[in-house]
Amino acid sequence: MSQTSAEPIRLPIRKDTDLTAVRQHVRALAQRVGFGLVQQTKLVTAASELARNTLLHGGGGMAQISLVHGERGQGLSVSFVDSGPGIPDVGLALSDGYSTAGGLGMGLSGSRRLVHDFDLKSDPEGGTEVTITCWNDSLRRGFR
Amino acid sequence: MTYGPPDSAAAGAEAVAGLLRRRREQIAQRWADLPLFQAVFTVTREEAVEACHSVIDSLAAVAESGRVEDLEAPGFDPIQRQLAAMTASRARAGLSTSQVDQEVSALRDAAWDLLDAETVELGVEDTCEARTRLVALFGTLRVVVIEAMLQENQEIILRQRQQLLEMATPVIKLWDRLVAVPLIGMLDSARSQVVMENLLEAIVEHKATIAILDITGVPTVDSLVAQHLMKTVASARLMGAECVISGIRPAIAQTIVQLGLDLSSVTTRATLADALQWALGRDQRGELPARGHL
Ligand SMILES: Nc1ncnc2c1ncn2[C@@H]1O[C@H](COP(=O)(O)OP(=O)(O)OP(=O)(O)O)[C@@H](O)[C@H]1O
Ligand SMILES: [Mg+2]
Repeated sequence: MSQTSAEPIRLPIRKDTDLTAVRQHVRALAQRVGFGLVQQTKLVTAASELARNTLLHGGGGMAQISLVHGERGQGLSVSFVDSGPGIPDVGLALSDGYSTAGGLGMGLSGSRRLVHDFDLKSDPEGGTEVTITCWNDSLRRGFR
Repeated sequence: MTYGPPDSAAAGAEAVAGLLRRRREQIAQRWADLPLFQAVFTVTREEAVEACHSVIDSLAAVAESGRVEDLEAPGFDPIQRQLAAMTASRARAGLSTSQVDQEVSALRDAAWDLLDAETVELGVEDTCEARTRLVALFGTLRVVVIEAMLQENQEIILRQRQQLLEMATPVIKLWDRLVAVPLIGMLDSARSQVVMENLLEAIVEHKATIAILDITGVPTVDSLVAQHLMKTVASARLMGAECVISGIRPAIAQTIVQLGLDLSSVTTRATLADALQWALGRDQRGELPARGHL
């Protein structure tokens, strides 16, 4: 496997239409990496949730999409960074149904279930960074 | 970019203005035969010549003011209005931005050739200076035109976005008291508001008792989309219509479940055909008051 693109793609998240761009780029790259339809859908949906959190709760920020290599082969990693208020109680925010904004409260907890790796860093002083990664399962099965 | 001291630049611009005024008619006659003018003013040649005159006069005014590199120079305003309309028509005819740009940059040739012819009277030094200013003037003209085209494109995008919003949410009457909404594209807040309003209106209009929301064309169902769907279902219920959501593809179904979204309060079917069968069966079993015959 060769690395398709060494440079990560950075996208701003400032307005509603930016969310569409994030979804489209994640989907296009997931297809290029060879993810199956179910895995594509899961990653795009998780990215959609987190991008909207960045916009709504974090006051805007950016997304970075990168191709990664690891023990599990090739994967796709998406980071969402904002310098908003931060999350005071990460455990609480990650529980199903918890929302401070009248939402369903399924965005954070649900997207954690949709991906292989989920990493949330939040500073109570401000700023949140969430990184999700999906590994190409179909390839792993095919090659081993 | 200026060659020589500022005085000579001003003199060069002055010479360009003089050239454009003296040779106004000759330049206009040459321009009128170029595709840029010819293809736009198809009725009479006089029309094209007149348009050429107005562009030449404005360019001369810009040259006179010495601001040949200044996009904000007042003389460019009427040019922008005139050429924007023309280039928009060229773009509609299928020309790309760079093709239109080529047509605009070709305007320089007529003035350039006539300047050559005047070298003897002007003297070599002044001609050289005038050439520099002429190139600058037509360079700025190209930027002015490209800006106008970008502006036009921006307006087209805004108009189309509005049209999409209104167009992409038809409500179809499928059967007596049965309506369907094929949803296509991302269901953001603005879209779902339009869908909801259209659906509720149609329910009243057709006295519908069942509404099918088909999401085959919705690329992503996340928690916000699910929330919008459930709100739509709830409002339809208040209006006396039962909703069924169809077109839930396998990948979407798996994703919804893992995300933790609970759609159990809503009737769902895999395909539009399944939903239709369910709706008609329900009507036949008399579970819903039916007016017509099925
Ligand atoms: N980037 C962020 N910055 C600050 N707070 C955040 C951020 N992301 C999430 N939160 C907090 O975590 C809570 C839970 O987020 P989650 O996405 O699960 O639910 P939600 O966005 O409120 O609703 P929805 O189900 O529509 O996504 C939010 O209500 C918010 O208080
Ligand atoms: Mg959320």
